[in-house]
Amino acid sequence: MEIKVVKQILAWNEDVSDKIHLVTSEKRIAIVNVMGSPGAGKTSLIKNIIDNLRGDYSIGVIEGDIAGMIDAETIDKMGIPVVQLQTDGACHIEAMAIENILGRFDLDKLDVIFVENIGNLVCPAEFNIGEDFRVSILSVPEGDDKVAKYPLMFATTDALIINKADMLPFFDFDVERVKKDTYDVNPGANIFPVSSRNGDGFPEFLDWLRNRINEKIKS
Amino acid sequence: MHELAITEGIMQAAIPEAEKAGAKRILEIRLKIGELSGVFPEYIQEYFSIVSKGTIAEDAKLIINRIPISISCRSCGYNGVIERKKIRCPDCGGTDFKIVSGREYYVDSLEVE
Repeated sequence: MEIKVVKQILAWNEDVSDKIHLVTSEKRIAIVNVMGSPGAGKTSLIKNIIDNLRGDYSIGVIEGDIAGMIDAETIDKMGIPVVQLQTDGACHIEAMAIENILGRFDLDKLDVIFVENIGNLVCPAEFNIGEDFRVSILSVPEGDDKVAKYPLMFATTDALIINKADMLPFFDFDVERVKKDTYDVNPGANIFPVSSRNGDGFPEFLDWLRNRINEKIKS
Repeated sequence: MHELAITEGIMQAAIPEAEKAGAKRILEIRLKIGELSGVFPEYIQEYFSIVSKGTIAEDAKLIINRIPISISCRSCGYNGVIERKKIRCPDCGGTDFKIVSGREYYVDSLEVE
């Protein structure tokens, strides 16, 4: 006997993601999903954003890691509310975890929450976590073939940060190739070569970021 | 590793429906998965065989129907399939289009007894 079902496979994740959107729309908070490989510079990027935007926005951070508290301690030292999420081995964050953690922030006071996802170019791209937009990071030492090899991560992102751009003279990294590969799968992507170390390229990225945050919290 | 979460999702979608219909056993689960999703179908069956042990879905065969990406172009009116590796209108090269299919990610039907 055949039974017609038609049910979303990750339905629970999508449902929770939608619930998070309802909460953040009411509280006027933007959630930013920050993704990239281990060592690409996710924490450094978030620290840099905090330094530049903390005068304009009230910022919170969720640090996702498989184990440990190192990144959360770094953010805590900056005086920013941070919650460490330990996935205990899991390769990605699911919406349920974010929903549980939101209650630990004072949502009436926050404008934007940055979620540092697990360092991994594959699995995190598959799961919406209630974010308003995605920022993916690819760093120069990782190589310019990563967009072609891990297309979903770059096809679903709103901004691609090419980090450690100050390293370009030392690597055979073709920025144009990365741009082309990204536009092939994601024609609307915004691509920003930056250096978290010396701040190059940051003003352009921060302008874009401010606009996206404002779209959510001032609409 | 996230295939495990997906496999559990398949079970959560399929088993209650089969039970509702009074089925004793699920023989086949038919999935529709769009080309735009990042799931690797080859791994799912293996995970499924492990996760479904001891349930009415044990030994069920997963049949995966991949759905190509198709678009409706707002610039030139093209309606049809495009390649996964080049998300562009094949006629005018434009990027202003609506994705009509390719994002599917669901359990479509079950064969039960």
